[in-house]
Amino acid sequence: MSAHNAQTMTLTLHVWRQAGPNEPGRLEQYEAKNVSPDQSFLEMLDEVNEELIKAGKDPIAFDHDCREGICGMCSQVINGVPHGGQERTTVCQLHMRTFKNGDSIYIEPWRAVAFPVQKDLIVDRSNLEKIMQAGGYTSAHTGGVADGNAILISKIAADYAMDAAECIGCGACVAACPNGSAMLYTSAKVAQLAALPQGQVEAAARVTAMADALTEAGFGNCSNHYECQAACPKGISVKFIARLNREFQKALFK
Amino acid sequence: MRIFESSVGRKILMSITGQLMIIFVIVHLIGNSSILFGRGGINAYAEHLHALPPLVWIARIVMLSAIGVHILYGVIVTLQNRAANPTGYAVKRQLKASFASENMIWTGLLLAAFIVYHLLHFTARLLPGVVQSVDQLNRFDVYRMVVTAFSNGLVALVYALAMVVLFLHLSHGIPSFLQTMGWNNDKTIPTFGTAGKVISAVLMVGYVLIPVVILTGLLTL
Ligand code: SF4
Ligand code: FES
Repeated sequence: MSAHNAQTMTLTLHVWRQAGPNEPGRLEQYEAKNVSPDQSFLEMLDEVNEELIKAGKDPIAFDHDCREGICGMCSQVINGVPHGGQERTTVCQLHMRTFKNGDSIYIEPWRAVAFPVQKDLIVDRSNLEKIMQAGGYTSAHTGGVADGNAILISKIAADYAMDAAECIGCGACVAACPNGSAMLYTSAKVAQLAALPQGQVEAAARVTAMADALTEAGFGNCSNHYECQAACPKGISVKFIARLNREFQKALFK
Repeated sequence: MRIFESSVGRKILMSITGQLMIIFVIVHLIGNSSILFGRGGINAYAEHLHALPPLVWIARIVMLSAIGVHILYGVIVTLQNRAANPTGYAVKRQLKASFASENMIWTGLLLAAFIVYHLLHFTARLLPGVVQSVDQLNRFDVYRMVVTAFSNGLVALVYALAMVVLFLHLSHGIPSFLQTMGWNNDKTIPTFGTAGKVISAVLMVGYVLIPVVILTGLLTL
């Protein structure tokens, strides 16, 4: 056993508990004991839940899936920052070594009207899918499999599209935004397709439909706080919002 | 029309009307600084400016419409944003948003109130105590009106504070209009942020200089 494993921590958690979508919620206090610095944040919560279950209490409900930073399910605002504030890190990849013995930790769900709380820390993020459905697709010919490099794409365009495609749809940008806007998410989806030849057919229709879907779903407007980029676990740049604005202007004249 | 209804379209309208106002604010400062050349400077400038009434009125109508659109959508967009995010966090740590970016609606409304006051003061000249006279060349004596007004410390203070509010509004407004027009990439984002603060500071200092030179007695009647 390595030396630092012995140095476990005791932490005070303030966790948002809410029985259901229309129930009132409140912050409840829990003690997390024997927390190893090597544990991930979710593993720490798993152990708190074990104790709650043993005591016959309702465990804390939270979303998670891959636990390797790629699915975007783990959605918790930790001490006032979505995903806990470690740069480009999802909650599942946040480790307890970033906390100190005796720390108080506030854990809350994503907060936005478009993300209604389902239970405790779980919110319904299907409104992001509605934006995607409004235009996040391309037309493709059916039939035989196309040749590998039949459509030439420059390295610059490919890299740019890949940078936008890094978005994992976690919704941290919305949770961080003072306006509850999903503009960073939407812009990543618009830019990713606008940069590629395959995305040209629907380019104009896509940007307007996705921007409208954003408003219809109850997300706010972007007022360029740039809080989203700072909170995004994938470092999606607000340059994609500038791109979305340009695409929108092009679409105005179509 | 799409531009009036879409979230992005409204933002573009805010950006364009904002740009018109920024151009006005720059030109207005350059014009006003003619006061530093004394009575002859600003009285001649005012005389030339108003020599072509149709042009003056076109400029006024364009500016007033820009202000109207900017305020209208500013209020609508802010109300929508508040509605989209009504439940706050128990703990929230802001990473990037600034005092300026979070208070655009308040700095904006304060500026609107200031514009009304300023127009009543020096354009319509309906406020009590405004000195209206002509100079030796029989031109309207802008110099006497302004110097007398700013010799009152309270009036000078109101104008100076309004310019601090203008600084706050533009320090977010300038980088913001560039982003909204889509004139941004990874390299320009930080540059425009700094440029916004510098340009807003220069405008604030420039405007505040006028009451300051009068209060300190560097410009007298
Ligand atoms: S842009 Fe970033 S924060 Fe927003 S959904 Fe995508 S990965 Fe998450
Ligand atoms: S659980 Fe998949 S990203 Fe965290």
